[in-house]
Amino acid sequence: MSGAKNHDYHILPPDIWPLFGSFSVFVMAIGGIRAMHDMPFGMATFLAGVALVSLTFFAWWRNVINEAHAGDHTPVVQLHLRYGMILFIASEVMFFVGWFWAWFDYSLFPQPLELVDGITTNYIGQEGAAALLQWPPKGIEVLNAFELPLLNTLILLCSGTTVTWAHHSLINGNRQGLITGLWLTIILGAVFTAIQAYEYSIAPFPFAGINYSAAFYMATGFHGFHVLVGTIFLIVCLARAYKGHFTPKQHFGFEAAAWYWHFVDVVWLFLFIVVYVWGGWGAPVH
Amino acid sequence: MTTITADGQIDDHAHDADHKPAFFQRWFMSTNHKDIGTLYLLFAIIAGIIGGAMSGLMRMELAEPGIQYLQTWASISNGTEASMDQAYHLWNVLITAHGLIMVFFMVMPAMIGGFGNWFVPLMIGAPDMAFPRMNNISFWLLVPAFLLLLGSAFVPGGTGMGAGTGWTVYAPLATSGSVGPAVDMAILSLHLAGASSILGAVNFITTIFNMRAPGMTLHKMPLFVWSVLVTAFLLLLSLPVLAAAITMLLTDRNFGTAFFDAAGGGDPVLYQHLFWFFGHPEVYIMILPGFGMVSHIVATFSRKPVFGYLGMAYAMVAIGVVGFVVWAHHMFTTGMSVNVKMYFTAATMVIAVPTGIKIFSWIATMWGGSMTFKTPMMWALGFIFMFTVGGVTGVVLANGGIDDNLHDTYYVVAHFHYVLSLGAVFSIFAGFYYWLPKMSGRMYSELLGQLHFWIFFIGVNVLFFPQHFLGQQGMPRRYPDYPDAYAYWNQISSLGYWIMLVGVAIFFVNLAYTFLAGRKAEGNYWGEGATTLEWTLTSPPPFHQFETLPRIK
Repeated sequence: MSGAKNHDYHILPPDIWPLFGSFSVFVMAIGGIRAMHDMPFGMATFLAGVALVSLTFFAWWRNVINEAHAGDHTPVVQLHLRYGMILFIASEVMFFVGWFWAWFDYSLFPQPLELVDGITTNYIGQEGAAALLQWPPKGIEVLNAFELPLLNTLILLCSGTTVTWAHHSLINGNRQGLITGLWLTIILGAVFTAIQAYEYSIAPFPFAGINYSAAFYMATGFHGFHVLVGTIFLIVCLARAYKGHFTPKQHFGFEAAAWYWHFVDVVWLFLFIVVYVWGGWGAPVH
Repeated sequence: MTTITADGQIDDHAHDADHKPAFFQRWFMSTNHKDIGTLYLLFAIIAGIIGGAMSGLMRMELAEPGIQYLQTWASISNGTEASMDQAYHLWNVLITAHGLIMVFFMVMPAMIGGFGNWFVPLMIGAPDMAFPRMNNISFWLLVPAFLLLLGSAFVPGGTGMGAGTGWTVYAPLATSGSVGPAVDMAILSLHLAGASSILGAVNFITTIFNMRAPGMTLHKMPLFVWSVLVTAFLLLLSLPVLAAAITMLLTDRNFGTAFFDAAGGGDPVLYQHLFWFFGHPEVYIMILPGFGMVSHIVATFSRKPVFGYLGMAYAMVAIGVVGFVVWAHHMFTTGMSVNVKMYFTAATMVIAVPTGIKIFSWIATMWGGSMTFKTPMMWALGFIFMFTVGGVTGVVLANGGIDDNLHDTYYVVAHFHYVLSLGAVFSIFAGFYYWLPKMSGRMYSELLGQLHFWIFFIGVNVLFFPQHFLGQQGMPRRYPDYPDAYAYWNQISSLGYWIMLVGVAIFFVNLAYTFLAGRKAEGNYWGEGATTLEWTLTSPPPFHQFETLPRIK
């Protein structure tokens, strides 16, 4: 690399991980397709791909952290990272727009469906169809929004305050407060995920065959996946907090995790209102 | 455009700056925006050859009524005698692959990945992109994506081998209508290409907002940079919706969800909404960088600053914004209400206003200019002329009532090939000739460039103009066979393909000439009309440019 640069931008040396990462997702994709079609070695290939992708993430961000410690993250480079994270979150918002769109399509323009013993029938064009134009579809027993989903809402809102507690501790140079706040946030995140998994296990409607389930499980499922990713992000921050990586002036890794966590939190608020409360209104409760 | 001057950059630190890594490191582990741009351009050329060859197969088959070659080709790819249904399926595979390859693996990599990577940092006076390493994975993700798409042709996709869903991958043909892994491969190919583009969009937006040279305010920024900025926002906000839609396809196909399965209350039209919410911004993604390039080229070869710089910039912003609220004009025949049709007709026509601002400003730029008709200018003029033709047929198609008749006819095929094959592709060639000496350090042959332009121009017009007539006669898209009544213009159209192919051959001869015998290019080989920062550098620029940032007055 050139030794004569007179600017604060980060000029990087060549790096193998982009190529390695692309190869890894290729393995993951091929494995996933083979697994979905019950072909030999499908699941094994898929899991190998997941492992390789995880390795790429680990190595890539380890390098980023090392570069931060080497002083490559000048103020303007930190600004790049901020822009990058905000834009990434903006694209994630649009991803969820797609799933909400499906939910609104089904709920605002209901089909004459009836779910009996896990089998869905669409009575469109048949006698009595008009009486079935309701949402949720007839035969769906919804989860009570004001039991576990409300508890989960409180848990996530609470976790939003604990992550802010951690942030303020960090800014004020209180490392113990940072660590405690992060621990609490991670535990609340894990409890949320556990409750969500339990809720899926007791949900009275099947996964397949009906629009309500498709939109419900995939929207909340992708949210759950994002909670998982956010929790892992926070765990990485906790490990880095123990190692003393963060200073009151420079701690973008933590801030990115906090932003992501708030984003996940806000998506949940919309899910709670639109899917659980409004989307289940008037239906028999399980 | 504001005239920009840079303080002496040309020989700055040439020794350090030109220290290039070894071959594997340089091309497989790159973190250099110019090398990654070159990789993108090479990729786009290869994809263009494959996608273009597929259109050749289609024009061969369509040259006469009846099935000429399809069954033979299907038998070759099957290894056994193919049935008629398998032959028809091969047709679907060809139209699908041609569309997906040209959109995702030719036009987008060339414009955004290729020219965007090369010239956005140069034009804003930046040493590289904001995230040089992420830039590289944006490129390399395209390789597995392309392999998945090409590989899908060799695995079962329902009736025959390959994904035969059309580039729009509509349900239920793409769900219950196509068993076998081919469509899953195509879907995951789109996932990867989409991830590549989203990462690229994040990179471009961050670069353009944060790395402009001191003094370069947004209102002094070259129009090509503006065009890439708007394009990047469209990518960032539209692609995730496509990702959600094709993920729904994937779960419908493999895990029994009922997103698009009417038996379970699913809604196939929902897929079309989600697809076109992405798909309409996508067509602007394919044309906006071309707008940017053409603005530079017209200004350069008229030796005048572009007319109405701010209007040009904000016209692109307006096109980008309005482009998000017109999507359902692709779906006029899905049974929407008259009121909805009226809204989407009116909103679509609004786009003609900022587009008109651009066309007239290009003409006003030329007005009274000291014009020279070098190869890039010819392509830019061809672009303006033919994009206008495609734009006018677009205004026709925007009318919901008229579209009831013309939907899914060859009129639509003619329309979108005029704005893409003759619009976007012409702007890519314009940009390529404009900047090839800057990128390679060598001049191309002007004679071959002119020959390429004229033969290609005649070829594509003979190829696509008759398709307007076929559409007005009612010939539907996406069929390999047709009644005798359509034979005449189809034969002319197929003839046009071969003329165009001669033009493409001349392009490759010119490319070989440039690298083998082209004379060395100066820093600014276009002279005083070329005013942006890339012309202050050597040709090719040093491996790392602007190690001392230029100051914009």
